[in-house]
Amino acid sequence: MMALDDRKTNFKYIGTRPDRPDGLDKVTGRARYGADIQAPGMLHGAIVRSPHAHARILKIDASKALALKGVKAVVTRADFPTGLTGEDWNLQENVMAGEKALYDGHAVAAVAASSALIARDAAKLVEVEYEPLPHVTDVDAAMRPDAPVIREGAADYSVPEGMHPNVVRRIEFGRGDMDAAFAEADEVLEATYRTEATHQGYIEPHACLAQLGADGKGELWCCTQGHWFVRRMCASVLGLDASQLRVTPSEIGGGFGGKTTIFIDPVALALSRKAGRPVKIVMSRSEVLRATGPTASASMDIKLGMKRDGTITAAQGTFRLQGGAFPGAPTAETMQCAFACYEIPAILEIGYDVITNRPKQAAYRAPGAPMGAFAAESAIDELCRRMGLDPLEVRLKNAVKEGSKSSYGPTYPRIGLVETLEAAKAHPHYSAPLGPNQGRGVASGYWFNWGGETSVSMAVSEDGTVQVSVGTPDIGGSRASMSLMAAEALGIPYENVRCNVVDTGALGVNEPTHGSRATYASGLATIEAAREIAGKLCQRAADKWGIDAEAVIWEDGCAKPSGPNAGDFPPMPIAEIAAEMGQTGGPISGHFEATPNGHGGSFGTHIVDIEVDPETGRTTVVRYTVVQDAGKAIHPAYVEGQFQGGAAQGIGWALNEEYIYGTDGRLQNPVFLDYRVPVASDLPMIDTVIVEVPNPGHPYGVRGVGETGITPPLPAIANAVAGATGVRLRQLPMTPPRILAAIQANG
Amino acid sequence: MRYHTPSSFEEASEIAAAAPGITRILAGGTDVLVQLRADIVEPDDLIDIKRISGTGDITRSDDGGWVIGAAVPGVSLSEHAALCADWPGVVEGMALVGSTQVQGRATLTGNLCNGSPAADSVPGMIAAGAEVSVVGPQGPRRIAIESVPVGPGKISLAKGEIVTAIHLPSRGAQGGDAYERFIPRTEMDIAVVGVAVNLRRDGATITEARVAIGAVAPTPLLVPEAGAALVGSTLDDASLAALSEAVSAACNPIDDKRGTIEFRTHVAGVLAKRVARTAYDRAGDAK
Repeated sequence: MMALDDRKTNFKYIGTRPDRPDGLDKVTGRARYGADIQAPGMLHGAIVRSPHAHARILKIDASKALALKGVKAVVTRADFPTGLTGEDWNLQENVMAGEKALYDGHAVAAVAASSALIARDAAKLVEVEYEPLPHVTDVDAAMRPDAPVIREGAADYSVPEGMHPNVVRRIEFGRGDMDAAFAEADEVLEATYRTEATHQGYIEPHACLAQLGADGKGELWCCTQGHWFVRRMCASVLGLDASQLRVTPSEIGGGFGGKTTIFIDPVALALSRKAGRPVKIVMSRSEVLRATGPTASASMDIKLGMKRDGTITAAQGTFRLQGGAFPGAPTAETMQCAFACYEIPAILEIGYDVITNRPKQAAYRAPGAPMGAFAAESAIDELCRRMGLDPLEVRLKNAVKEGSKSSYGPTYPRIGLVETLEAAKAHPHYSAPLGPNQGRGVASGYWFNWGGETSVSMAVSEDGTVQVSVGTPDIGGSRASMSLMAAEALGIPYENVRCNVVDTGALGVNEPTHGSRATYASGLATIEAAREIAGKLCQRAADKWGIDAEAVIWEDGCAKPSGPNAGDFPPMPIAEIAAEMGQTGGPISGHFEATPNGHGGSFGTHIVDIEVDPETGRTTVVRYTVVQDAGKAIHPAYVEGQFQGGAAQGIGWALNEEYIYGTDGRLQNPVFLDYRVPVASDLPMIDTVIVEVPNPGHPYGVRGVGETGITPPLPAIANAVAGATGVRLRQLPMTPPRILAAIQANG
Repeated sequence: MRYHTPSSFEEASEIAAAAPGITRILAGGTDVLVQLRADIVEPDDLIDIKRISGTGDITRSDDGGWVIGAAVPGVSLSEHAALCADWPGVVEGMALVGSTQVQGRATLTGNLCNGSPAADSVPGMIAAGAEVSVVGPQGPRRIAIESVPVGPGKISLAKGEIVTAIHLPSRGAQGGDAYERFIPRTEMDIAVVGVAVNLRRDGATITEARVAIGAVAPTPLLVPEAGAALVGSTLDDASLAALSEAVSAACNPIDDKRGTIEFRTHVAGVLAKRVARTAYDRAGDAK
């Protein structure tokens, strides 16, 4: 994309820490989130959900609900088009059940009424007759021959004959002579690791306001990471033309991948079409936990060979993931990331995507990678402890670098794993003394990052300030980053840039803020659009001076004559050119659109100290340090925020968060009281070290940083618990009862 | 739903006695309103007692004890220096309920009458030997705290009966109490195990002790054997071991999403020792 030598290295604005432009709105309550959107004549929707894990829907009778005063419409699957296939069908089936309810909380009908209370009461009046069916929620149980069949024909070509119909995809890759490579090892470890499903836990529940006419023209305001995705998905599920549906994103109170798909949006649109009024739906927390996408759960067998000097000779893994009642568990990513940090001559990985009676999984921060890292990095640590090797030295010995062939195939370009390991080794945390009942764990992790379809426009205003229109919703401070990149590229103050996240009617297709892509891809497009504007500004100055545009350069926010024949003119600032642009050729805009693919992967290494109460199994995170490669940190405070956020979510996943299903297949903990995310007082201040190994694929060297930070915590914490207690926990979460039982079993 | 704001407990009791359907008493509302929103209960009659004179007061009684009105929020207990000095264990139990915001509303009486086996303030009140005053169709009465809860979500009060206040006894000399709960996190959680100890010393020797446990049986329990294990001792290792054993033996918990039977039983014994040490030290510091 961008030649290395074209990359800027001396920055005026990049690397500074100005206030985020959306900050004041957010701290004063002025920012409008999903549930804050209102429309005249608006109705409120409520969803009827299955109380069964698996049941045939025999009959839905909405007559009592419709008879309630204030109820304007009821929709069921009959109000959606038929004939969909593939992922479009999966989406439709998930947002509104067809013949069967596939999990506890699956939507089976929806009601629109003149108030939220009436809608809720009406939902209770919808009579659904179910025939409960046997269910399965565990991945290993779902693969057994006697497991209930969730859906015949869901498997793709990759699944060999004879496997249970719940196995919908099989993946295999590898290289090298496994037997010979394991024979070279001095120690071989074989172990099974399990992780439970966790939810993204975004603080803002899903909310939307929908308006759809009988003419197929619609408007949708919603809380999402990607409104073009929402547009495409809703259009498919409802049979609309994509361009006739305009989707405007609200501010977003967290997403972590879980808001890159649809749940309530097409239901609100269908209700609106039927009622002829705008319809708003706001999910409760319980609905979020029961019926939106947590991540997959995993069961993984690892075999790992290591020499006495720490060289990894061979790695083998079987990865079984369930992603709910539909195909799509991130098995491939789990496999690809598990050993991505290491040069291993012989590797064999086999993976399965399995369906169960759970909600359809959705992306969650580095989807799949934390599970693979938990298995692989725990296994490495087990061998290090067994052979008395330093875990950072072993990682350095095997670390991938530029030119290494990755475990999953591609050869790495310039990457920064070694730099993070060296920085971790040098960090005072790594050599600090430990107290009684404390243990230290380290682990590394990787995420690919992503480029994706991107379209950015920029325009100069009459006063010389600049507006940037991006299509990637701002979750983690990206408007600040875009503004900094625009300011840098144009040589104008940060405060003179306004970055707007615009609706689907204002730009070409943008992928969501996912894959750690926004700062990389929208940032790259912002810089390119700014460069186009700089060129136009130079042209206007050249016209005025009567010289060739080639003889004008853009520097420090001004056009300047340059070169031997340019003549002697004073620098012409952007404000001067902008004030006259109507008379000198009209508006000045820049635009860039592409699917950039120079996103560089990001590696990270974490160090954590855990104290375990030996009498209760209770854990305390005593100290935590994140070291990660950011390529180039545009706004270091928000890079650090991403590092800390990834660690915080990983700590929750490792220690206390889990989806707990009863024998009835119903979710036991659909509230934050019992779905235990860490609270602020559970966490120490998480220390961060930003490593900068520039990404050759971005003009300023940016690598995405959002996701890598959640990959090392799971194993790092398990490794620390092993250090603190002498017992190895291979199943997450490491709750006090589990740790105590392990300590007691160890004597 | 009918919403009532009686100006006396007698009036409140009459409304409750005459109410035909589901009745709930509203003080802080931190249980009732949440249950209402979560579709757990939809009362036909909601009786708000906050407008009754005196329900928001903390007063010292003639015998040196304390009377805590039924609508006194947790934060008022924590900010009451003299009460905190007398009964730190009772106050710290209540202070663990919910967040700062919840503390501005939630009450001791509500925490008791919600009937949760895991109610954080109840073991401390039982250990303290506290009582509640009740008005009802049969007139007023005073009963021990431990006789109020009878099962998860169930209390012993008859139809029309309403708790008007909590009565804490006089602290007396060389007394100390403490409460601790086990949660996997540091706050905003529900007790997996809770233990309260209230004792009195004569020099180094324990002369009286009451031990109560929560979240390990269908109701919070007074464990007389555990108290007996402490009396006459100087909190030596043998008495702590006996205490721990008595507490674990009294546990009758369930296996659920919050903890296993084995875990709860074991941790109750562990916590009992820790809480007893705190109460013992507090008694030593007291006048």
